[in-house]
Parts: sequence; C-alpha cells; structure tokens
Amino acid sequence: MSAPVYNFAYLDEQTKRMIRRAILKAIAIPGYQVPFASREMPMPYGWGTGGVQITASILGPDDKLKVIDQGSDDTTNAVSIRKFFVKTAGVETTTKTNEATVIQTRHRIPEQALTEDQVLVYQVPIPEPLRFLEPRETETRRMHALSEYGLMHVKLYEDIARHGHIATTYAYPVEVGGRYVMDPSPIPKFDNPKLSDSPALQLFGAGREKRIYAIPPYTHVKSLDFEDHPFEPYRHDAQCELCGAMNSYLDEVITDDAGSRMFVCSDTDFCEDRRAAGHHGPQGGPAAAATKEESAHG
Amino acid sequence: MYVAVKGGERAIDNAHKLLADARRGDRDVPEVSLDQIDNQLALAVDRVMSEGSLYDRELASLAIKQARGDLIEAIFLLRAYRTTLPRFGASEPLDTGAMDIRRRVSATFKDLPGGQVLGPTFDYTHRLLDHTLAEQSDVEEPATAPAEAGRFKSVAELLAGGGLIEDDDPPAGDVGDLTREPLSFPAKRDLRLQNLARGDEGFLLALGYSTQRGFGRTHPFAGEIRYGEVEVEFFAEDAGFAVPLGSIAVTECQMVNQFTGSANRAPCFTRGYGLVFGQSERKAMAMALVDRALRARELGEETGAPAQDEEFVLSHSDNVQATGFVEHLKLPHYVDFQSELGLLRKLQAEFHARDAHTETPIQDAAE
Amino acid sequence: MLDITANTPEFDPAYASQAAFRALMECMARPGQIRSLKGVDAPAPFAPATAALIKSLADYETPLWLDPAFAAAPQAAEWIRFHTGAPLVGDPAAAAFALIGNARALPGFAQFAQGTSEYPDRSTTLIVQIEAFSGDAITLKGPGIKTAQRLAATPLPADFAARMKDNRALFPRGIDLVFVAGTDIAALPRSVMIEER
Repeated sequence: MSAPVYNFAYLDEQTKRMIRRAILKAIAIPGYQVPFASREMPMPYGWGTGGVQITASILGPDDKLKVIDQGSDDTTNAVSIRKFFVKTAGVETTTKTNEATVIQTRHRIPEQALTEDQVLVYQVPIPEPLRFLEPRETETRRMHALSEYGLMHVKLYEDIARHGHIATTYAYPVEVGGRYVMDPSPIPKFDNPKLSDSPALQLFGAGREKRIYAIPPYTHVKSLDFEDHPFEPYRHDAQCELCGAMNSYLDEVITDDAGSRMFVCSDTDFCEDRRAAGHHGPQGGPAAAATKEESAHG
Repeated sequence: MYVAVKGGERAIDNAHKLLADARRGDRDVPEVSLDQIDNQLALAVDRVMSEGSLYDRELASLAIKQARGDLIEAIFLLRAYRTTLPRFGASEPLDTGAMDIRRRVSATFKDLPGGQVLGPTFDYTHRLLDHTLAEQSDVEEPATAPAEAGRFKSVAELLAGGGLIEDDDPPAGDVGDLTREPLSFPAKRDLRLQNLARGDEGFLLALGYSTQRGFGRTHPFAGEIRYGEVEVEFFAEDAGFAVPLGSIAVTECQMVNQFTGSANRAPCFTRGYGLVFGQSERKAMAMALVDRALRARELGEETGAPAQDEEFVLSHSDNVQATGFVEHLKLPHYVDFQSELGLLRKLQAEFHARDAHTETPIQDAAE
Repeated sequence: MLDITANTPEFDPAYASQAAFRALMECMARPGQIRSLKGVDAPAPFAPATAALIKSLADYETPLWLDPAFAAAPQAAEWIRFHTGAPLVGDPAAAAFALIGNARALPGFAQFAQGTSEYPDRSTTLIVQIEAFSGDAITLKGPGIKTAQRLAATPLPADFAARMKDNRALFPRGIDLVFVAGTDIAALPRSVMIEER
C-alpha cells in the first residue's frame, strides 16, 4: 500500500470543475440552492465539508486563508480545517480579518466590515430555510419555484402570537435580491444586517445536503419580518470585559459554580485589535493581554 | 482576571496522541495484523467494504484497525479514500447466475437445479458461547465437495421463464451514480438500489422489519439468497471487448413478493432485490425488502409507511452522513445558544413583568 | 501521507485552472467588470481567454455547443476533445456551455437551455467572443453592482439590450453570458438589469 498523493487543495480537478460550475450558477441566481455532487471529505459531514469543498475549489497559491468557528480562529474545528488547507494547499493563513482573502466561517460574520477583495465562505448544515416547516425536498423545491413563502410568514407570525416576538434567534431567514428566501446558515440574527450589500462575495456550502448558494456583493438581503413587527437585531445589555466593545457579539462565560458570568467578544481578532489599539474593558487591562493555554490533556 | 482560551492546536495534537495510544492498548498484548482482521473478522471487513463502496479487503482491514473496530468510522475512512481514486468507468453488469456458489438457499422450492447449499452460516448454530474459542484452538478441516460446474439460474429467472414473475429488464441508457450526481426525487430504481447498497445495515434492517410487521407489507418470500464469487468485467474501449478484472465475493437476495396485475396484464409476482459485497445475508435481505417497499407507488399500491417513503429512506440511509450530523452537535454552538439565551431571558422578563402587573398594578405602572 | 511537493505553480495545471476560474467568478459576481486572465493558445477561432475558461470548466460532464464560426474549424473541435473530453452537441438546448465565435450573429437565447422554475441552474452559459470592450456602453444594475456599471462590447446584435431584458424577465430562469476579448473577460449573469436610457 503506497501513501496516496493528493492534488492541490485535496480535491481532484474534475471535482473542482464541478463545484466551480455550481458556484458560478449560484452567483448568477442569488439565494438559489444549486445541487452539486458533494464529495466525501476526510472530515465528518456536518463539520464543514460544504465550506471546505468551496474553499478548496476557489483557493489559489496567492490566497491568504482565515478560518473561524464561533467567531474565533482558535476553536478546535477551525484549527483543524486551517491545518487541512495548510497541509493540502500550502497556503498562507492568517487570523487577521483584514489580511485574509478567503475567510471560511461557521456561525459568525466577522465584526470588521469586509472588502471587495474578500470572499466569505459559510459552512451550512441545513441549507433549506423551509425544511423545518416542510421536510420534503420535492415540496420545498416547488415552493421556491413558485415563490410561495407564506408558510414561513405563518411560522414567524405564530411566534409573535405565542411569545410576542419572533422566536428565531439564529439561522434567521432572509430574502435575497427580492426573490429567494434563503437560510443564512446558523449565524446569530445579530449578524444578519452584515449579509446585505456587503462588498465581499458570500458563498454558502452544504456538503451533506449537497447544495451551494451565494449572495453576490452589493445585493440587498432582507431579514423576513412584518410591518408591525420589524426585524430587530439582537443586542447585548453588556460590554466586552476585555476590550470594552459595546457593539460586538458577545460570548457568555460562566466564571464560577454560583453561575457568575461575564461577556467577551466572540470575534477574537476584533477583540485583539481593539485591545492593541488601547481599548479595554473592566478586566482587560494591559496586563491581561496574555493568554492561557488550554489544558493540554486533549 | 479572565484571559481567552488558546491552544486548540496543541490540544488537537495531544488528543491524536492519546487516540493512538488507546488504539494500541496494552503493549504487552500482540498488535493485531491486517491479515488477522481480514481472516478472522471477515464479516466486519465485508460490511465495511459494502457500505464503504470499495472492494478492497486490505484497505478495509486497515480502516477497521485504524477505527479501533468502530465500523461506521471505518466505513467513513474507506469512503473518504474512495473519493480520491481516479475513475475509469463502470464495469459490465455482474452475472450472478455464473457465480461460483459457496452458499445458496431458496425458501420457495424444496429443490432446484444447483441444489441448496448450506455453506458457512450461523443459521443452525446454537447460540451458546463457545469457551473453547477463548483459547487458541485447532480447527478441523471441513468436508468439501467439488463445486457443481455450470451456470445456475436464480429462482427469479426460473419463475420469469414461466411468466410467473414480472420482467426485470435493465434500464435504458446509462446507470446513474449518486456519488457523481446529487440525488433528486423521485429517484429511479438504479439510484435507489445504489443508495440502499451503501446504506446502513441497521437502518435497512429496521425498515425491512417494519414492512414485515405491517408498515408497508409486501408479502415476501426469500426466492433465493446466494453467496459466492463472481467475475467482474470491464469493457475496454481500446480492446473492443470486455476484459475480466478479477472476481469479488457478493451476496445476492432475490425476494419474490405478492403479485400485481391489472385488467390488461396477467397477475404475476413482483421482485425485491438486494446485493452487497462479501457475505451479509441480513443486509442483502433487508435491502431487498426495502427495495420492494419503495416500489409501492410504481406498482399502484397504497403508500404511507416509512419504508415506502423514498425521500425519507434515501435521505437517511447513509450512516456516514447520519453520524456526521448527529455528532456535529458536539461542536461548539455557543454563539447560537447565546442568541437563544438572550431571547429566553427577555421572554421570561416580560412574563414576570406581566405577572407583576396583574398582581400589583400600581407598582408596575411606576416601572 | 500528504505530498504537495509535486504541486508548484510553474507546472501544475491546477493553478492555471484556479486562476482562470477565480477571474470568472469575480466577473460573475461583479457584472460588467473586466478582468484579464492568462490565456491559453488554441486553434482559431479560439481567443486565448476562451481556451483558458474551457480548460478550467469543461469536461466529459459538460456538453458543448459550437456556433457556426467555431463549428467551421475542425481543429477547434479537436482541441476541445483532446483537452477536455467534453461531448459536442448539435442541440444548443442540450449544452452546458455554448461557444460563440461570431457575436454579431449571436443566436436567440431561447434556443439554449434556460433552466426550469424548479431547477433554474440547468441552463446554458454562453461564452461570446467579441472584438473589444469598447463602443456604445450599456448601463447595468442589480446584484453585484454597487450603484451602476457601464459595459461596452463590440460587436453585438442591435437588439442586444432588449434580449437581455427578456432574459431578465425570465429570472430565475435564463442564460448567463461571458464576454471574451483576447485575454479579457466580463460576465453578464441572468440577474443583471439593463438600465433604460
């Protein structure tokens, strides 16, 4: 048994061509989910195989790749995916949002505004926004064909009737370019406004469900809502303990058994940049710039 | 003072070392060899090849060793390797009639050309733990007889000769491949069968069983189950004819099911088909039951049972997909969870404010 | 286990394909913007960028249709067969890509696959070779365009703007267009809107 030799960025050229063709169609039809012959990747389905296949298909030797999960470059799955590309494509990587040309993400959009020179690649678990209302693909495909999105509005309205609010807080459905209703992947609805009119191209890959879709740059993306219940982005009633940011998405950290808690930026690069620029929160004095190593017991 | 957690990369490296250590286990115990897995855990190898869609005993054995005996993990390893292989084309259809039979049973006829061949089977073993296997044992040479030469028609073929069972013509045009084209619904039978052949044994077993209990009953008879070696041929464009590539072991099950018919067609039995790599009668039979159940609509039968629901069955049969998505829940989800927490706290606050309002309206007005 | 030493930018075809695709992806995402790519030498009437795009996108899974200008050059068809293995089809509606060597005689879009309302992606992409990105400009709006984008292409049929409007009216069905002049490319995805003058 000889050790296999893999192609640049792991995927064979035929697979890349197939994915590239799907990406072009996805861009031409904003928000429409293009079926593609997703391959079995050397990482589990549900762990970013769709995003990885897109990244592998667009990545070139001059790219600089950033990979985040939950907003952070250092979460284990982000580390693992970054390592995969270093190993198979030898590309340069970065944790700096502004240095990256390709950013693969799971569950967040970076706080820093993206530019025209960047591509944001989302990992998507369930690409079909109507799936939880109608489990059948044959049905949801027909609904998209006819722009029949009443079911989604009924669902959101039922939330309002029961809770007084729309109870969807992440993977909040959007309408892209006035046509397709789309699942923005499980980003918190806090991030939804960043989807719209972004200078960057946004690509979405769902490996297990075999779908690719896209939001071209400068495309209007509207979070579904009602006149009397307009979309409200999520707001924290707190600031980042480290950098003092009042307007970033925060992770809640439990600090003792009594349930004491504090909040820190989910976007670690954003937080580090702010601290480097001299901002600090209640616990983020200059001495706090050090980091601790995660328990090395795995 | 709080500092952000770092060191994911080191943790991963260390976790891999721990995994390697756990895989090896006690160093005083001899390491298991691929030959040992191939020979002595042959049915595990068969399953991994089948659901991994790759016929290679050595690689399947390696996958089982690497996966510490977790067969779904091993199937995953084999699948991921398989995708990287170049493709030369599709083989000619297997002629299972020409199988070098090691085992063959029919539940529908007492005897038939080629006979019943019990072969290596658990069927009539008494399931008593055999403590002699706990030690190394000398196994006596089995009695064998020379294989009967010739081609033995399957029960379905024999029935088809008399017009008693529906025809089973190969589909016109190319056979689909769901690893190259995404599955769309409704799916044709070739793609359904491919999906089932790769499908999880446990899932198909449960579905097949459910049809027997009335959730989409098909009145099955095990027309025939055969296991043995068949030759694989590949049509070589440059040679202009099919050349043999070698032989593989497969288990085939042809179920004979209750008849169908109409005003302009005489009633005849219908078919359910199962084919898997290696020896796995359970999987081949379950597959045949589910294949037949999935034909309900085509045959004008009532539908509605889980095993008859093509989209449900085909979308959930793949254990590599299923395990990935179930297990992905252990990845961090704290960003979304935070969003949910935020809303829940808000709803609770509103709820309690309303409560307070009903009980002490005056105080509330001052809020 | 992994060996990427065989992949160096100098001779790995993976890099050339990637670069050509990336340029096209950017063009598709930003309709009307012109980008240059490294062309590939191929027999006439192939423009270098057309050959590069075909090499990076076409294979045995993508039927190609050739317009009379391309079809009249057997060596072009031979090049396609040799480099991509893509089947050539006589029916434009069966094509994943259509190569148009004579932009003046751009065939009506209805002859090509325009997708279905359930699968609008099952459509033909037209690669149209023009002489230059100059002449009368049309103004584009829509996804990918911040405010408005001007695009000039010569030669084109006189009713080109009207055809693009008809194409937009079919949305999400329709065809996507790629213009090629030498080593420069620009794209008009079906989502683009032509501004009234």
